[in-house]
Amino acid sequence: MSAALELDSVTVKYDDVTALDGVSLTVRPGRVCGLVGMNGSGKSTLFKSLMGLVKPSAGTVRLSGMPPAKARKAGLVAYVPQSEAVDWTFPLSIRDVVMTGRYGHMGPTRRPRPADRTAVADALARVELTDLADRQIGRLSGGQKKRAFVARGIAQGASVLLLDEPFAGVDKRSEATITALLRELAGDGRTVLVSTHDLHALPQLADEAVLLMRRVLAHGSPDEVLRPEQLARAFGLNVLPDGTPAPAPEGATP
Amino acid sequence: MIDLLAEPLAYDFMLRALATAVVASVVCGVLSCWLVLIGWSLMGDAVSHAVLPGVVLAYVAGAPFALGAVLFGFLAVGLIGLVRDTSRIKEDAAIGIVFTTLFAAGLVLISVTPSQTDLNHIIFGNLLGVSSADLAQVAVLAALTLAVLLFKRRDFTLYAFDPTHAHAVGLNPRLLGAALLGLLALTAVVALQAVGVVLVVAMLIIPGSTAYLLTDRFSRMLLIAPALAAGCAVAGIYASYYLDTATGPMVVLAQGTVFALAYLFSPRQGVVGRAVGARKRRRAAAA
Repeated sequence: MSAALELDSVTVKYDDVTALDGVSLTVRPGRVCGLVGMNGSGKSTLFKSLMGLVKPSAGTVRLSGMPPAKARKAGLVAYVPQSEAVDWTFPLSIRDVVMTGRYGHMGPTRRPRPADRTAVADALARVELTDLADRQIGRLSGGQKKRAFVARGIAQGASVLLLDEPFAGVDKRSEATITALLRELAGDGRTVLVSTHDLHALPQLADEAVLLMRRVLAHGSPDEVLRPEQLARAFGLNVLPDGTPAPAPEGATP
Repeated sequence: MIDLLAEPLAYDFMLRALATAVVASVVCGVLSCWLVLIGWSLMGDAVSHAVLPGVVLAYVAGAPFALGAVLFGFLAVGLIGLVRDTSRIKEDAAIGIVFTTLFAAGLVLISVTPSQTDLNHIIFGNLLGVSSADLAQVAVLAALTLAVLLFKRRDFTLYAFDPTHAHAVGLNPRLLGAALLGLLALTAVVALQAVGVVLVVAMLIIPGSTAYLLTDRFSRMLLIAPALAAGCAVAGIYASYYLDTATGPMVVLAQGTVFALAYLFSPRQGVVGRAVGARKRRRAAAA
């Protein structure tokens, strides 16, 4: 059985800045993988290379054994954006947004067929947003917004879900609901990659964790990865080579 | 009252003016829904001005106006991107530099082009002087543009809302964006017959913005914006007939007035509407 996600010595450069430096990472199907690292550690770039939004200057990316373009055509990858990347005043209902998950399965005009409506209704039920389906997307709580986008990935039939900071601006109860939902989806055999700053909640959320600092510093069970000496390497809680104390990132202190 | 409405219709030129203005308003109204949501108002302004040299050159060469317009529309967008990405100049400045320069080039070309149909009409519009051939061209371009917009409306909406997701499900966001820009250039040609290059941007921004204040549903915006725009076109032309004022600007004034009303009185988004709603809620809470 092929790995759900596979990066093989992937290097990504923006002009002369190296965002990812020889990253190799394999995640098996049905796992929740937490992606941890400070701002600028390359988490977003890692997502982008999985989505095919940036082209690695070296290395290969595979999703379920396919190159990213083929995986996208097959609708395998779903992306849940950070909250600040979304225009919450956009005049679409939750149902409209979830329906866009079906576009890859539709004809050129994207006119929904009964099968699409059923898939959307099922996805909404799965994330418990059926009653709110006709609300405008901005008229939701932070946690409900996240679940709406997860529902879009479910309706899409994606086998790989990428979530960029899904817990930012979300209260603890909603975080627990989303965590339970993601665990359920992994139970179905989907693979979930989540970038997060919430290190406390990582053991409940993830089967495995990756500590990223342009390279993979550690990859293993959340407990192994969250050991203080590992975090010190990733977050620079010690002293930088030039002698100045490194700034502590939010949520980094155990 | 009937006489007041019927009197202008006795003139062929008024009929052609009404038809041209309504057709142009509907296309602009539909397109404006995406422009205001993507945040392309300035881009609409830029492209609608930048097509001028293309239109003049097409006139000189005897080619269709639309061809020159689309060519220069893309040229403008390309130059804006080039200046923004390869220098420290920010996007709004890049837009301002490129479109005013191209517009000026168009004005210079007009000043050296001997012509029978006054090319100045392209700048300020000449609704009352629209010929049957002009009207036919407007109708064909409008039908074409509208057909593409409506056929691909769901893709354009997804492009406006979440291009990353569009990419993730196998759509091509770059192609969708380029298609919208091409349609914008075509629409500019349609609309400049009605109100002229200078005021086209109003027709490309105001109807969509007004509809955005009136509904939370994009599908309804796509009905409200062209309906309002067409109503304003008719109202503006009638007003200009009886007040003996410039026609194109009256159409734009009508659109501006309707926007102001929506801004004030929209039930959910209007300034007054919101205040009344809050008062009702307070009363209900007190009772």
